[in-house]
Amino acid sequence: MPRITVTVDGIKYEEDVEPRLLLVHLLRERLGKTGTPVGCDTSNCGACTVMLDGKSVKSCSVLAVQADGCDVVTIEGLGANGSMHPMQRAFHEEHALQCGYCTPGMVMAAIDLLRDDPDPSEETIRHGLEGNLCRCTGYCNIVRAVRRGAQEMGQAVSTP
Amino acid sequence: MTELDAGQVAEQIAQSDQINEPVSASEVGRPRRRKEDARLLTGRTQWTDNISRPGTLHVMFLRSPMAHARIVRVDVSAARDLPGVVAAFSGEDFAAEQGSLPCAWPVSEDIVIPEHPPMATSEVRYVGEAVACVVATDRYRAADALDAIDVEYEQLPAVLDMNEALAADSPKVHEAGNQAFTAKITTGDIEAAFRDAAVVIDRTYVQQRLIPSAMEPRAVLADTDGEAFTIWSATQIPHVLRVMLAVVTGIPEHKLRVIAPDVGGGFGSKLQVTAEEVLCLLLTRKLGRPVKWTESRSEGNLTVHHGRDQIQHIRLAADADGRIRGLQVNLLADMGAYLMLVTPGVPMLGAAMFNAIYKMDAYEFGCVGVFTTKMPTDAYRGAGRPEATFGIERVMDELAAELRMDPVEVRKRNWIKHEEFPYTTISGLTYDSGNYEAATDKALSLFGYDKLRAEQADRRDRGDPVQLGIGVSTYTEMCGLAPSRMLGAANYGAGGWEHGAVRMLPTGKVEVITGTSPHGQGHVTSWSQIVADALGVPFDDITVLHGDTAVAHKGMDTYGSRSLVVGGMAVLKACDKVKDKARKLAAHVLECSPDDLEFDAGAFKVRGTDSQKTIQELAYAAFTAHDLPDGVEARLDSDATFDPENYSFPHGTHLCAVEVDTETGMVKIRSYVAVDDIGKVINPLIVEGQIHGGIAQGIAQALYEEAVYDTEGNLLTTTMADYLLPSAADLPSMTLDRTESPATSNPLGVKGVGEAGTIASTPAVVNAIVDALRPRGVQDVQMPCTPERVWRALAGQGQEGARQ
Repeated sequence: MPRITVTVDGIKYEEDVEPRLLLVHLLRERLGKTGTPVGCDTSNCGACTVMLDGKSVKSCSVLAVQADGCDVVTIEGLGANGSMHPMQRAFHEEHALQCGYCTPGMVMAAIDLLRDDPDPSEETIRHGLEGNLCRCTGYCNIVRAVRRGAQEMGQAVSTP
Repeated sequence: MTELDAGQVAEQIAQSDQINEPVSASEVGRPRRRKEDARLLTGRTQWTDNISRPGTLHVMFLRSPMAHARIVRVDVSAARDLPGVVAAFSGEDFAAEQGSLPCAWPVSEDIVIPEHPPMATSEVRYVGEAVACVVATDRYRAADALDAIDVEYEQLPAVLDMNEALAADSPKVHEAGNQAFTAKITTGDIEAAFRDAAVVIDRTYVQQRLIPSAMEPRAVLADTDGEAFTIWSATQIPHVLRVMLAVVTGIPEHKLRVIAPDVGGGFGSKLQVTAEEVLCLLLTRKLGRPVKWTESRSEGNLTVHHGRDQIQHIRLAADADGRIRGLQVNLLADMGAYLMLVTPGVPMLGAAMFNAIYKMDAYEFGCVGVFTTKMPTDAYRGAGRPEATFGIERVMDELAAELRMDPVEVRKRNWIKHEEFPYTTISGLTYDSGNYEAATDKALSLFGYDKLRAEQADRRDRGDPVQLGIGVSTYTEMCGLAPSRMLGAANYGAGGWEHGAVRMLPTGKVEVITGTSPHGQGHVTSWSQIVADALGVPFDDITVLHGDTAVAHKGMDTYGSRSLVVGGMAVLKACDKVKDKARKLAAHVLECSPDDLEFDAGAFKVRGTDSQKTIQELAYAAFTAHDLPDGVEARLDSDATFDPENYSFPHGTHLCAVEVDTETGMVKIRSYVAVDDIGKVINPLIVEGQIHGGIAQGIAQALYEEAVYDTEGNLLTTTMADYLLPSAADLPSMTLDRTESPATSNPLGVKGVGEAGTIASTPAVVNAIVDALRPRGVQDVQMPCTPERVWRALAGQGQEGARQ
């Protein structure tokens, strides 16, 4: 059984894994990182989105062995210094979640979207989040939240 | 990376709320940010699949690949021998104890309720029905072992089309035949209404089958200590489930605890007593160990109950000036293979709703429930009312077109005027309040109706390949399910009351217990606002407990836009009782008569003096009990049940503008305006979210979603790649506003909002598409209005192309 080393939310783990084990199952069932949920089995819904070496991936479509040597950030490790990430706060402010099941993946995808465009238009946001499904909100408030999160993150960057 | 500090996050959230909100004397009506959000946003959730007990085993089900077959033989022995496999069972192993899944709504005298074993023993009747299961140490091993189970089937003919199913020579789904029930309700002289009518509109519409698709797949964890049982389930109905599991399995109710932890959406799909819940309970009893089952999405698309699926034949008779004389509705409603919890009740919930907001002389509603070899249908957001609203609102547009009238005008000529409330409709419901004129005027103005009509005319004149269509939907709904007496009259198997309780803790903090079972609706926040006003305690001093039958021991759960209208009122009533108790204690402590006290901002004040005690101080006085008056017990805690006297009737006007590319059939929603009247509002932010999401699901029915079975009865839309749930890129921005006609049936004047958007939006979108294409001879496009269907409708192949 292959042995992998992976850092998840700042903690280094060494695990023996079956080659077929999915990253999301490593996170949830081996490491107890249940903040990342599973919403489908065809990589359509995006609920399981995490950051792998700084880029968003659907963790149901990555094998644990592929994450060997990588740095994974989940929704549980997104905050810093005891505070929520500005995007998490923006989702709260704009009521961009109802049941909250898609939220971890949606927040991750939103942050990733801003790497390409730090000040995205509504249309850019809508297309950028195409791989993440939400059944509760109709996306209206998610779009608002991403705009707000982008503004706050922009300010955070420009503040010396 | 630093771990989040829970206290700091909570403080941040509390601060951000204060910054954003104007200071208001009243909590009710404030756009409070939700108390629920912090854990959902930081991954500290308790979805059922997140919960584990020491030694938890994983269950997987082997499911029928055939729509209809006799089970000749099931051999699980090879699976049992595999590593990690603890047990494997077939239906025969459960036969003596599994009972039959319940149907709580025998809607007619002639109803046939077939046996519905949780695991099939002799015959399967839809693709996906469970025939065997494996219990293993982890889910990968359980999945491996399913392959080792050997099942021999003798294929039987599938029954798929409702009209064919009712033919005398059709193969049978059940021995008693394919007719599940019939119903007919007639009010007024329907023949007279149609006799000599200037106009008769006669249309047939198809309400396609939908898959509710809550984002959280179902999951069940069951455990036992050898005597009592606990079951965690992703359910909307922990209380109903507890009673039903006791009835089905014979496990005494008091030995059963049901917990609905964080539940990730439901939309009716988790308003069910499922085979998997029963079987997991039986498995933990058999094995004496905790067992967990979590469905995959593909499994869920096959086996979570579906919604809608009706063929509606609608006839409407009107005078030449557009006044409706009579309405005749005949439904075929696809039950699927079995009658589940409220399967037959769904079309019947539409029975009193086809007449909608309109006055008429006569109304006839007929319905035949039909068995087919498909997944059973049951409640999906709106349950019967979206179907009814679609039927009437489509036909109203057809009437307008026939008479060359504006669709808004034809509605105005028929709707109940605001001064006519309360109004008893042709179907016997009494609408307590409403103002269709006000909502419509506001919507027309926000929409820029006249300007869009002018643009439409211009595009028509120019022969623009992209045509503009305008869709109108003036809906109402009956919600706040439900007055128990009315449910009794409809032969429903339970009441419609709700329970609430308030515990005053020694430190003055407040625990509210509700029988509703939220799964995204934000009850914790809204109920806190209600209680904060009622008791005059700070919003942040209140917590709301729910979803565990050991904590919230009484309840009827969450569905049918009932939680606020019924459950919120129970909480309010419990607050009144707390205040009554506190008043007696305050009078004793303040040495005055209870009549000399006034209650204001959380304190009992002796009139004309500075002397006062807050209700939070009185909670401490009750706790110490050092100085209680005789006959007063040492608590302020109270509980109450509330049974509504009537349904509530939200209404509104939704307007949709679409651009239809006549060369490709592509439909684009250009603008969407919704003005809803849901009475008084507790939290406008939450209301807006409910309407956004509801409209999205209604648009999805109009444009995107359909559960498709092939000619053999295989579901073709088993994944999210095949069943098109709209993404952010597929949906428009929406303009929302409200009018406010308070309900008269409850003290807060609230009406409920969970289903409004879904009910209103589907006909608004389809009316817009047909409106765009009507000059080209198109009278209907079958849902979902995909580019191909629109294109075929334009090419004159309308219905033939529709089911491709």
